[in-house]
Amino acid sequence: MTHKTLVQISKDLAAGRYSSREITQDIIADIKARDSIYNSFISLSEDLALAQADAADASRIAGDAGILTGVPFAHKDLFCTKGHATTAASKMLENFVPPYESTVGQRLLSAGAVCVGKTNMDEFAMGSSNENSFFGAVKNPWDLTAVPGGSSGGSAAAVAAGLVPAATGTDTGGSIRQPASFCNLTGIKPTYGRVSRFGIIAYASSLDQAGPLCQTAEDAAIMLNAMAGFDEQDSTSIQQATPDFSADLNLPLQGLKVGLPKEFFGPGLNSEVADCIMMAVKKIEALGAQIIDISLPNLELSIPAYYVIAPSEASSNLSRFDGVRYGYRCDQPKDLMDLYCRSRAEGFGTEVKRRIMVGTYALSEGYYDAYYVKAQRIRRLIKDDFTRALSQVDVIMGPVAPTPAFNLGSNTKDPVAMYLEDIYTLSANMAGIPAMSTPAGFVNGRPVGLHIMGNYFAEAKLLNIAHQYQQVTDWHLQTPTSNQIKGA
Amino acid sequence: MALENADIEKIAVLARLQLTDNDASDYANSISSILELMEQMQQVDTDGATPLSNPHDATQRLRKDEVTCGNQRDAFMAIAPASEEGLYLVPKVID
Repeated sequence: MTHKTLVQISKDLAAGRYSSREITQDIIADIKARDSIYNSFISLSEDLALAQADAADASRIAGDAGILTGVPFAHKDLFCTKGHATTAASKMLENFVPPYESTVGQRLLSAGAVCVGKTNMDEFAMGSSNENSFFGAVKNPWDLTAVPGGSSGGSAAAVAAGLVPAATGTDTGGSIRQPASFCNLTGIKPTYGRVSRFGIIAYASSLDQAGPLCQTAEDAAIMLNAMAGFDEQDSTSIQQATPDFSADLNLPLQGLKVGLPKEFFGPGLNSEVADCIMMAVKKIEALGAQIIDISLPNLELSIPAYYVIAPSEASSNLSRFDGVRYGYRCDQPKDLMDLYCRSRAEGFGTEVKRRIMVGTYALSEGYYDAYYVKAQRIRRLIKDDFTRALSQVDVIMGPVAPTPAFNLGSNTKDPVAMYLEDIYTLSANMAGIPAMSTPAGFVNGRPVGLHIMGNYFAEAKLLNIAHQYQQVTDWHLQTPTSNQIKGA
Repeated sequence: MALENADIEKIAVLARLQLTDNDASDYANSISSILELMEQMQQVDTDGATPLSNPHDATQRLRKDEVTCGNQRDAFMAIAPASEEGLYLVPKVID
């Protein structure tokens, strides 16, 4: 089954080439056999998956199969799965079994999809390399000495390695797009509020959005169709009709106005990555698009502003982990304060504690205006930059990250160096606009993604562009076959 | 702005995190360099820019005050580290 797309598997199931139970068993066996190389999964949900597969096979016999009926996928281990451990890659939640299912999970299950397991990630989604996991770092299937990106690194590695056709991810500052870029996948972060956050363990609530990581734009549209939609249970869910994200895939790109912000091509950008991006832009131009130089003057400020806002929201969200109601509890607490302080100190990893402390500081008396409110004002400037730019052009393109996947261990000692890697992705979360990555070439065997950003609710347009680009290129079809893997 | 170990210890208390002495100096170094990165913000004139807390400038949606998912007490108590007779157990708070 390796590297079959979601559409191919769906067609095979419809044609009766195999049952959902058969492919689910094959996929689970393949993960057991090969995932020790990548460490992309935290847990497998074999029993639940087989029950879901049997239900899918039964509904196919009954004649109610949809496009996702019986199709296996994996969840980032940030999505609560009822009756199956959900860890957020943290010791804090090592034994947490949620009593309820996330809305996204429920929607995928209702569509008949089969969840085979939970993928590795940076702890509580805090990281850009998947090295901040209690369950160990994930390796990039394209080069085992490289990071897969983060925080949805396990989801990206699992799809890139051909273990599953699709996986869910979340993107607070680039956590779907950057791993998609580093692993040669199609990944989309929808408009803020498009996909329900209910049942997704919160990191920074005003920035978090869930989306799919897949091999093709066509697959990503199908996944997003199942995942998106208004949800009463998420107070920031958008009350708006959800379009069919597959409907516009085949529209021509004639007349499309593409903006290239000069700030995305500054001195920090690796020149070979820049070459890949410009080649991709030329292809899009050849499809009939018009390329226009634009400016997003406050781009650089997205780093300090994001690293105030996200940790501030995190410090508040993560205060729920108190060792009392669920999650890790320290041994022999001597009093209530000791219970809180030691459970949290022992349960959280280094980067999570760092962000909690940065957020606590930024929100503390005397610093709130200088840090938190200042960052929110800068967030307004960033949104205004996009509003201005997107009144001139239909979409914005550039690199997803300044370099291809970096080496494992290369940025772990210096958090600021790691934060700087997020320069091109943070601003879309700050503004709340949709953005995606699609495969656009390789530098020394490591993938490079083309970043496509659009106006609010323009997901179908982004997927249309990526799909049209994928019709005239074959980057997305390339897979890390065993003879290409370095460091094995 | 450079933080001292004592500043970190104060923040850690607010954040309910117990730190060792080694942790405190590591965090003092790394958080100081993060704060230095944030200093960039202070050079920008943001007068007239309204703070943005929700990308759509949306306000809280209200719903009818009615029970939607019923009593889940047993399910939520079952995942607690320590509970008894429907109550969470914690170290003694009042003597």
